[in-house]
Amino acid sequence: MDNTGINSLRNGPDEHGRFGLYGGRFVAETLMPLILDLEQHYRAAKTDPAYQAELKDLAVHYTGRPSPLYFAKRLTEHLGGAKVWFKREELNHTGSHKINNCLGQILLAKRMGKTRIIAETGAGQHGVATATVCAKFDLPCTIFMGATDVERQKPNVLRMKMLGAEVRPVTAGAGTLKDAMNEALRDWVTNVDTTYYLIGTAAGPHPYPEMVRDFQSVIGTELKEQFQAAEGKLPDAIVACVGGGSNAIGTFHAFLDNPEVAIYGAEAGGHGVDVENGHAASMTGGSPGVLHGNRTYLLQDKDGQILEGHSISAGLDYPGVGPEHSFLHDTKRVTYVPITDNEALAAFQLCTRMEGIIPALESAHGLAEVIKLAPTMGKDQSVVLCLSGRGDKDVESVGNYLGLL
Amino acid sequence: MSRIEKRFAELKAQNRPALVTFVMGGDPDLATSQAIFEALPQAGADVIELGMPFSDPMADGVAIQLGGQRALAAGQTLRGVLGMVEDFRRKDETTPVVLMGYYNPIYIFGVDKFLAAAKDAGVDGLIIVDLPPEEDEELCIPALKAGINFIRLTTPTTDDQRLPTVLKNTSGFVYYVSMNGITGAAIKSRGAVGEAVERIKSHTGLPVAVGFGIKTAEDAAEIGRHADGIVVGTVLVDAVGQSLVDGKASDKTVSAVRDIVASLAAGVKRARG
Repeated sequence: MDNTGINSLRNGPDEHGRFGLYGGRFVAETLMPLILDLEQHYRAAKTDPAYQAELKDLAVHYTGRPSPLYFAKRLTEHLGGAKVWFKREELNHTGSHKINNCLGQILLAKRMGKTRIIAETGAGQHGVATATVCAKFDLPCTIFMGATDVERQKPNVLRMKMLGAEVRPVTAGAGTLKDAMNEALRDWVTNVDTTYYLIGTAAGPHPYPEMVRDFQSVIGTELKEQFQAAEGKLPDAIVACVGGGSNAIGTFHAFLDNPEVAIYGAEAGGHGVDVENGHAASMTGGSPGVLHGNRTYLLQDKDGQILEGHSISAGLDYPGVGPEHSFLHDTKRVTYVPITDNEALAAFQLCTRMEGIIPALESAHGLAEVIKLAPTMGKDQSVVLCLSGRGDKDVESVGNYLGLL
Repeated sequence: MSRIEKRFAELKAQNRPALVTFVMGGDPDLATSQAIFEALPQAGADVIELGMPFSDPMADGVAIQLGGQRALAAGQTLRGVLGMVEDFRRKDETTPVVLMGYYNPIYIFGVDKFLAAAKDAGVDGLIIVDLPPEEDEELCIPALKAGINFIRLTTPTTDDQRLPTVLKNTSGFVYYVSMNGITGAAIKSRGAVGEAVERIKSHTGLPVAVGFGIKTAEDAAEIGRHADGIVVGTVLVDAVGQSLVDGKASDKTVSAVRDIVASLAAGVKRARG
């Protein structure tokens, strides 16, 4: 780790893959040797200058990093409080922050000699990013996607297919992200010798939460420098949406030890956290449990059966969250808030009309929190949103909701 | 001596492998499932694994996924599974019963509370798919302290270097998963399974049972030549599914399972004969 203090919030995970109570390695024995092997390879790669140089080169020339920090002038004036800024991850190649992680992991898969890639996807952003790097590095890939999500994210399904990926619709359960992850795990157990599981979010068994966070931390690190250059200080607040939480942890991590920076994570409040099984806000509306390799906050019933959850956004529609977020929730370093479908839709439209930027529905959840925060802050203050993805994939479903089609 | 140890010792004396049968607790409904459960020893099952249904069975194939869904749809809970064992024990004092499933329902129930209730009900062992030795503090160690066997899965990916770690806190028997895969897939090489069993036996004195991919009496006889037990699950849960009429248990549901178990029992009896 690049920090030192014993009280630092950036020291996790420990050697057991725990962030406090959360995280761990709750997987079948078949996967255990592989996960230990992955951890070793990751440790070696992390300190290998050649690996880091290749990743850096790809970030600049393939992804287009650094992503700009943008001052949202009209939105700022409209909200009448703090200055509103966007960290423009939606301008990355493939249209979201997901590519940051995919490039890191595909290089790792190559180092490990794996010959096939699998991944799960909800909104399809991670699926597209995975299919993209697999095309570039000439590896066959299979993307597991809930059948419901295949239906509501058609443009991304087409992109994946054109990139050469096999998209396997999963009909089990409600046919959303959780079911896709179950099916990906089943495939992985079956093809463990050849296959690398490229997990898209900062969740799953150790070392995935740490690894994905590290690959996404470039967001917060750049943001810190860019904001310093623009305003000569740190922002007063930063905001990101949280499904599994990879863009959020990537944005937050560089700021965890700066208590003067308030941090907000926007969860999917769906129809409202009071509506049973009507939301996907695992921290504000769930409880700790064990699923998909880690202990973390989950949506579950009183018998420990996992609920499906609901969100207008396919990318946030997951009944769990990365374990580091659970830790940051308990320690109260980050304030997690539920944002309803309607609030996200309103934010989506406001951003589109005022800034000429169509945000992903996921990112619109973060923006809805900014819309609440900015008017309560002073005009000399600043709030930065991680605009994690672009909304091209959502125009059809939003059009349907708004009755434009 | 625990019921599990006693049963394997008796069978060793008879020079035959144990028939270990898996059924899902509460599938397709509580009453039918109880009838299946209680019919198993008579049909020839030596050890019974009772599934604790879970919404997200990541290591299971379609048949057992569906069995779990049926049980949950019929209202099964972890408390309900413990109740089944309690009722079973009123009639059968000797057949070992092992609960198999995933950790979260136990974690939510409360580990200590669960172990006490399981012990009271007459549960002999636990197989928890998503608790590798790295997480032994969670349930394995407390279970051993409570006098309940913790049966570990070993797999083809568990090499000689890792085996001691996996075997360290294992008790009752070792469950060798015959392939990298999920329940219900087809076994690739029976010969390789025999070698693997010998390899595990060079590390432990515990009985080794083999599961995943065993479907017929022939499989049972062949694998049972080397293994101390063979585990059959998918075909039984599938039989329950096939017997349903309009999604409900029929008069064939219990007998369908019983008939397959009887045929497999004949297979294990001729395994070394």
